[in-house]
Amino acid sequence: MELATAIFYLVAAVTVGSAAMVAFSRNIIYSAFSLLGTFAGVAGIYVFLGADFVAAVQVLIYVGGILVLILFAVMLTHRITDVQITNRAAGRIPALVMVAVFIALLVQTIQETPWVKAKEIVYVPTTGAIGDLFLQSYLLPFELASLVLLAALIGAVVLARKEIKE
Amino acid sequence: MAIGLTHYLVLGAILFSLGLYTVLTRRNAISVLMGVELILNSANINYVAFSHFSSGNVDGQIYAIFVIMLAAAEAAVGLAIVLAIFQLFHTIDVGAVETLKE
Repeated sequence: MELATAIFYLVAAVTVGSAAMVAFSRNIIYSAFSLLGTFAGVAGIYVFLGADFVAAVQVLIYVGGILVLILFAVMLTHRITDVQITNRAAGRIPALVMVAVFIALLVQTIQETPWVKAKEIVYVPTTGAIGDLFLQSYLLPFELASLVLLAALIGAVVLARKEIKE
Repeated sequence: MAIGLTHYLVLGAILFSLGLYTVLTRRNAISVLMGVELILNSANINYVAFSHFSSGNVDGQIYAIFVIMLAAAEAAVGLAIVLAIFQLFHTIDVGAVETLKE
């Protein structure tokens, strides 16, 4: 087995393993910290796909931003003492059956579909191309994104602040 | 066997299923949000994989970046709502919070 193949399977195993921890762990703290493995593993997958900029963005925003936000929310909301009941799960069996059927269908579809193949697979730095596209073809979505982020910022502050009663 | 498009698509499918399972079974609102993050990550893997193996340009990566941006906005607003619910009901069990008004 080639070294690259082995590393791919290792990264994929870390990703899926920590995602399974998120899904099945009884303790919400473990779930939250397992997300770190998933996000870092997905960043590794992006590196395998030659998407260097997306990998950096993934590390910055998911690991540095969203994960910290989730950990803060966990610390702020759940009562540390009754850890066992804080991550309650219900309807495990029907959900498991449904998800199993779903993944079987998905994998079958993935294997049977004749996917379009690119003429050649290249590994080049993507940052410059992404920057060009953001300021040319995707200028409007790019500007809208900043508006959405501003709205989310204000919305989050308004929702999370404490109501001061006169 | 070389690593091809199918490997990445199957990985995305597994991540999506785990996220779906999390969303379906968890009763804690923060855990449900974690499941949503898993689902968004799996969609991103598919975008970048197709961009690499099928189209050969970086458009798929642009969509992945937009999804990451929306995930950040979703996490900020979603967790702010969870905190507001916790202040009001002193629980974040999604089954217990069933009234629309204070």
